[in-house]
Amino acid sequence: MKIQRLGAMASLALVGSIALAGCGSDNNTGSDTGETAASATGAASSDDCFDGTLNAEGSSAQKNAFEEVGAKFSAKCTGATVNYNPSGSGAGIKQFLAGQVDFAGSDSALKTVEKDGKVEADEAAKACGSPAWNLPMVTGPIAVAYNVKGVDKLTLTPAVTADIFQGKITTWNDPKIAAINSGVNLPATAIKVFFRSDESGTTENFTKYLKAAAEANWPGEPAKTWDGKGEGKAKSAGVAEGVKSTDGGITYVEWSYAKDNDLGVAAIDNGAGAVQLSSESVGKAVATAKQTGTGNDLALKLDYATKEAGAYPINLVTYEIVCSKGKDPQKQKNIKAFLTYFGSEEAQKAIEEIGYAPLPTEVQTKVEAAIDAIS
Amino acid sequence: MSTLSTADEAVATRTVASDAFGRKSGARAVKDQLARALMWGAFLVALIPLVWILGATIVKGGHMLVDADWWGKSQAGITARREGGGAVHAIQGTLIQAGVTALISVPIGVLTAVYLVEYGRGRLAKAVSFMVDILTGIPSIVAALFIYALWVTTLGFQRVGFAVCLALTMLMIPTVVRSTEEMLKLVPNELREAAYALGVPKWKTIMKVVIPTSFSGIITGVLLGLARVMGETAPLIILGPYTAVIATNLFGGLMPTLPTMIYQNYSEANQPAIDRTWGAALTLILIIFLLNLLGRFAGRFSKVKS
Amino acid sequence: MPTITGRSAVDELPSADGRPPLEADTATTGRLGDRIFGGLAMGSGILVITLVALVGLFLVAQAVPSLLNNNANFLTSREWVPSGADPRFGIVDLLWATIITSILAMLIAVPLGVAVALFITQYAPQWLSKPAATLVDLLAAVPSIVYGFWGLKIAGDYFKPVAEATSSVLGWIPFFRWDGTPSAKSTLAFAGIILAVMILPIVTAISREVFAQVPITHKEGALALGATKWEMIRVAVLPFGKPGIISAAMLGLGRALGETLAVTLLLSALNTSDAFSFSVFGGGETFASRIANDAGEFDSAQKTGAYIAAGLVLFILTFIVNAAARVVIERRKAFSE
Repeated sequence: MKIQRLGAMASLALVGSIALAGCGSDNNTGSDTGETAASATGAASSDDCFDGTLNAEGSSAQKNAFEEVGAKFSAKCTGATVNYNPSGSGAGIKQFLAGQVDFAGSDSALKTVEKDGKVEADEAAKACGSPAWNLPMVTGPIAVAYNVKGVDKLTLTPAVTADIFQGKITTWNDPKIAAINSGVNLPATAIKVFFRSDESGTTENFTKYLKAAAEANWPGEPAKTWDGKGEGKAKSAGVAEGVKSTDGGITYVEWSYAKDNDLGVAAIDNGAGAVQLSSESVGKAVATAKQTGTGNDLALKLDYATKEAGAYPINLVTYEIVCSKGKDPQKQKNIKAFLTYFGSEEAQKAIEEIGYAPLPTEVQTKVEAAIDAIS
Repeated sequence: MSTLSTADEAVATRTVASDAFGRKSGARAVKDQLARALMWGAFLVALIPLVWILGATIVKGGHMLVDADWWGKSQAGITARREGGGAVHAIQGTLIQAGVTALISVPIGVLTAVYLVEYGRGRLAKAVSFMVDILTGIPSIVAALFIYALWVTTLGFQRVGFAVCLALTMLMIPTVVRSTEEMLKLVPNELREAAYALGVPKWKTIMKVVIPTSFSGIITGVLLGLARVMGETAPLIILGPYTAVIATNLFGGLMPTLPTMIYQNYSEANQPAIDRTWGAALTLILIIFLLNLLGRFAGRFSKVKS
Repeated sequence: MPTITGRSAVDELPSADGRPPLEADTATTGRLGDRIFGGLAMGSGILVITLVALVGLFLVAQAVPSLLNNNANFLTSREWVPSGADPRFGIVDLLWATIITSILAMLIAVPLGVAVALFITQYAPQWLSKPAATLVDLLAAVPSIVYGFWGLKIAGDYFKPVAEATSSVLGWIPFFRWDGTPSAKSTLAFAGIILAVMILPIVTAISREVFAQVPITHKEGALALGATKWEMIRVAVLPFGKPGIISAAMLGLGRALGETLAVTLLLSALNTSDAFSFSVFGGGETFASRIANDAGEFDSAQKTGAYIAAGLVLFILTFIVNAAARVVIERRKAFSE
């Protein structure tokens, strides 16, 4: 009978796909990482590793750092997986509050003031059953990244930056840009501003900077949604891709994305001379940050208007938001193990290579103490 | 249909002149030829995107698929900067979700079609038929919002693979209903009447006569419906975030799929990630095309022809 | 022949020899098995009705509280600040982007789809007819996200000269003005073109089915009167197929309105503080693309409600369009009986 034959065919196909489904492997520690894996497993004690999965979600600014550290961590601890879904800071916090992820990555600390009738910090405390802590783990400088043919060196002041992102300066050879870039041959290309169309901690920190350093030129209030001009793209990778494919494009984006896309990065002159973006210049600025949280809650406040020589002012401290005392002790132990590794010198050095800045020593010590206190 | 077009050709070549259309003037012949050229042109234009997309994905992603790792390994521990790893986690996720979606929607869809063809009369049948149409038209993002509102907001569950299946089910049911309905309608009434005359109850007639007769047609509909929902991405973005590791549990944790693997990587600037995106796109297209062809092939076995 | 679109105009038609379409019979024995099976079948039907009703209900229930808090007019405002102490959001921009991209798609896909359907049913040599239909159907098998990725990475670059040429010739009409922002591949016009490719298979499939139903007597009659093939199509095929073409256009429009990923990947968002632009070379977001873009940001009931309200408008829009298509088909049924 044809039906039987068809049925047999269908079941054969089904069995085939299940067979395929059965035989995948998560083991990617091939020859290229074999060395590190071997040396690391020797050093790793059972306390540093765990078997299982951690899920985190949030800021796309720290996605690259997270992936790198997560990959290193699972290479060290076979059996441990750390997932990061870079859907945005707001999303991360929301999923954390709803108990959908184990911890959140965010570009801004949990809000302590009321919004929509809710206080984020209180909500988090309710969800955790204990206060939630903001742990600064990654410093991501925000690059003012551009793509202008023939221009590989550019200096901007806060006022000019604000004017560009407000759409008041519309061509690259505008006298205001030329005045602070003597010796650079600026073309008459139109300036095309790209902004983040989704809600973003990067936007919030960048507008905070513009407001603090060039208040006269930036009338809007700092917010997660963009209030300037330009065309919007989703996520960090989206704006970086937009600039890459557009001559005359400019955007604000986490440094590693600018690096990935080979975009030009402007030096910023906050009043004490042009400062190139580098891990040292970022470290210098982050070291001046003040702690606003209490105890082990390490929410930091950056001084965007800093005039300290050699300090790159536009930074973004991205936090991991965790429960100080979780409902599931095993989960907390796993989080603790992973974050301990994240804060370690090895991990921080690795992310420096891809476009992040390591934590300044003082901050790092505090973070380590806080991670130790997680239970 | 095929006999029709040969008849046309035969008649068309016999240029019979008549008063109704006037003599076959040069202008009319030119217009006729112009129309013919236009139709050929339209067909060729319609082929451009298909050929272009297939060509581009094969050129840019083909080399990923020839690597055995692609079919055997996940992306665990691989970053956008590193080469290596495979897509087996995403392929599995896609297949599992599609399978479960089919398991839920095929019985509902087939039974609804049976109702419409064999039982439904009057207002209720009209309403069902109308609602199937509306369901066909529901944008996938609206279906996803609905399941989100139901599964996460109202019931307080996690975003898991099964929630994705529910959203996909909403999109698959109408396709199954419509194609099954068509096939059931093609079953000659004489078969049913013969069964009734032998005293076979109606439900047995349907199960043993009507459905088996149109079985391969139903399979075709199911496969084509599956092909449609497999490529859906909107519900996955809202309900099923990506993860780089193998995950086969529909009720706990994240579940990777090919569409979310593409979505995760589409604006990456690092070459390994770009390659992977094209590779995932090609794999997804291949799976869907395969289902399509299988569906059409199954249609050949059909005992009833349209 | 079952189509990939899952929608058939044929199933409402009388068969070729004029018998009425098949009707459900009332043969039943009243036995337990019959009652259970019949009940199951009816239950499935009722489930489908419930499902659609639930979608509407859920969306309305979650949208209304947000709409009540809205300090701007939902239907006339361009703002989109769905949360905070002073929520202000309206759908004008979304509605414009959604409708203009879908109409553009329809303007391109309907003539093209009808021509392709005519080619397949009337012009193609017999050996080509079936494969040609399959090839066009395969266009519907390419996932939406792949269309978006392809448009973004490859096809989009070829659209720049087209956009430049069009705006330099026709730029004096506000509808075609373009100042280079957003980039060519992120304009509404390009999104419309990609959408056109995506709805081409559904338009073709439905038109094809209807054209294949044209009574052979009509066609032979025209040819016998000396019509050229094109004239035969004009007087016999197209008039017969007109309601089918209209419903094909409607269903294509419905598909285009809700298409998400391709549009999400391509379009650039605009800031609400920019002046409203009527240009097809402007940017913007459709209902679906804004919901998909911000899906991760539903962090309060107020905000989620605002997006659900947008989803509800999209649902109503597609509902109307699809219902209209249905009505056209029903009318045609009455006409041909």
